[in-house]
Amino acid sequence: MALSTEEGNRLAGLLTGHAERVMQRWTEIVAASLRGRLSQGELRRQVQELHSSMITAGEQGAVDLDSEQATELRAVLSELSRGRARQGFSASETAVSVFALKEVLLELMEDEDGPHTLRDYVAFSGLIDQMGLFTFESFVRTRESLIADQAEQLLELSTPVVKLWEGVVAVPLVGTLDSARAQVVMERLLQTLVDTGSPYAIIDITGVPAVDTQVAQHILKTVVAARLMGADCIISGIRPQIAQTIVALGIEFGDIATKASLADALRHVLRLTGVETGRRQRREA
Amino acid sequence: MERVPILKIGDILLVSIQVDMSDQTAVQLQDDLAERIVATGCHGVIIDITALDIVDSFVGRMLSTIASISKVLDAETVVVGMRPAVAITLVELGLSLNGIRTALNVERGMELIAAAHADERELAFEDEPDTETTASS
Repeated sequence: MALSTEEGNRLAGLLTGHAERVMQRWTEIVAASLRGRLSQGELRRQVQELHSSMITAGEQGAVDLDSEQATELRAVLSELSRGRARQGFSASETAVSVFALKEVLLELMEDEDGPHTLRDYVAFSGLIDQMGLFTFESFVRTRESLIADQAEQLLELSTPVVKLWEGVVAVPLVGTLDSARAQVVMERLLQTLVDTGSPYAIIDITGVPAVDTQVAQHILKTVVAARLMGADCIISGIRPQIAQTIVALGIEFGDIATKASLADALRHVLRLTGVETGRRQRREA
Repeated sequence: MERVPILKIGDILLVSIQVDMSDQTAVQLQDDLAERIVATGCHGVIIDITALDIVDSFVGRMLSTIASISKVLDAETVVVGMRPAVAITLVELGLSLNGIRTALNVERGMELIAAAHADERELAFEDEPDTETTASS
């Protein structure tokens, strides 16, 4: 739905001519839909920006929202929807801010009865529809990027490798272990082993809600990779139900040491290293 | 043709692979290493693969062969310095380098060989006091 240049000019004229009334009504309608969750001043400022950028676009002869003259209008619209998305408004609450203009225009144009009024109104509302859709799309984009950021942060946060003792590092796994996370955990653990030169690693699965064959496969791969590099892995924090699941699924951990708690695993590792030093001390004595 | 240098440190032979291994290089390395083990009478071989970005089945088999040869000549082989990315790739490929001992770095590798060797020496050491005590009693 494209606007002719004349229609664009008429729209600009209409908006300029009744500037105060348009903004007043527009703000009122939007405020009613947002139910006071945005301050009156903030709302008025947003409406004002939209209003003036629409006038600029109309005066410069923008034929639709994709045209070059409407760049500023697009920028204002995406700014508006970004702000709303971050403040937690819903998509329709955001779109209504734009669609409210239709109602305002209808009220205005009812008063004047020219030869073009009906055609003009149809053309204007076409433009407003475009603006609404644009707002909706940028709202969704903002939301998606927010979600992607959060997922990444979660991935970063949930896989720390901690040093428990000299030569002993531990990975407390929390949450579901999918392929992507397993990969991150594996890489980070192996890198830490190299960086710290620790010959022992404890993988603690207390925080893993369920262990299926896939999760077990990921853990086994990590253990084998660590062994290839010359470090030993111990799996700890196996809860009773998980032990039952592991047996029921027929998962074999082979000769990998498994312990019930992190404390047991640490004691096991210390005994492994401690026995050696103990024997050496006896030999010296 | 490139040759891989073999360094002798105390009772250990250190092989640091820093070139891409070809068939010839691998065969040459096996020959050289066997010669050196016999000539020096060392009891440990450390193969450092820190510089290797890619370990495929060929390099894997070469490592296994070297380990077997050394075993026959009474020397313990330890592969050290495998990179995380290499380890992950090997696991994904399903190559587990059976029969090869590994350590994180050269230092740990030397400790490992020293410990294995100490056990033997310990046996010899413990035999003497035993005979002494039996002799005195």
